[in-house]
Amino acid sequence: MAKPSPSPSSHATSSHARGPYDDIEIDLRNPVLAGVFAWLWPGAGHFYQRRYAKGCLFMVCVLSTFFYGLALADGKGVYVSWQENDKRWPFVAQFVCQAGVGLPVLPAVIQNRRVLVEGRDPLWSGWMAPPNPRNRDRFGKDELAQWHEKYNSAFEMATLYTMIAGLLNVLAIYDAYAGPFLMPVEEESDKPPPEDDSGNGNSGPS
Amino acid sequence: MSGLFFAVLGHNQLWYMFPLIVTISLVYGATRHEHLLPILDQSVRFGAWIIGFMLMIYCVFATISWWT
Repeated sequence: MAKPSPSPSSHATSSHARGPYDDIEIDLRNPVLAGVFAWLWPGAGHFYQRRYAKGCLFMVCVLSTFFYGLALADGKGVYVSWQENDKRWPFVAQFVCQAGVGLPVLPAVIQNRRVLVEGRDPLWSGWMAPPNPRNRDRFGKDELAQWHEKYNSAFEMATLYTMIAGLLNVLAIYDAYAGPFLMPVEEESDKPPPEDDSGNGNSGPS
Repeated sequence: MSGLFFAVLGHNQLWYMFPLIVTISLVYGATRHEHLLPILDQSVRFGAWIIGFMLMIYCVFATISWWT
């Protein structure tokens, strides 16, 4: 595996690894900072490292998965909630996985504060807002039950897609921090073994 | 069995798997290589592996359901 610089502040140190296809030297710059950027916005860490092709690939893959999942249930598949019947944070993992996408889930945190803590109406037409337990229909169903009834399996798919997007970005974050998982080549094995002058095979100090 | 497969594929959530397989394969390939060509090569092989694994599971379940 390509390893980051021992001193993250040193931008000059590069990682060097080879695989069947790859004979590359990667300048990871500041790996910790790259990892933080990669978390905040998928692909941003690679852009910071000037690995533009991989940055584009990660950004397109992760964000398209995330926003497609979000659109499947009109933005209701991502929200923060710790209500008794709907804990998505921190004990049940939905939002933990979704938070891997970084800043795109920030509206969910804002909506949580607004709806569940301050008791106000959600912003942005309820995009990423948690279900309000006070909103019940004439049959007494709470808002979460209404969402399940309205979106059916699309609600579960929206949650699944956005969770997978977050988990994929974890891989991208690690790639920004440590470089790709290449097959290392033992460079020393290409060289002939050092000649032993003593002839007894003991090259150590006597 | 293939008729059942296509009947099931025609109108349910299995279609959702294809975008996921594509993105998961590409991201996985990108974590293993640095250049685009090896990434695509790895992605194709990993995607084929995922589909093969799912087909294997499908065959197991189809056999069990046919047997019982």
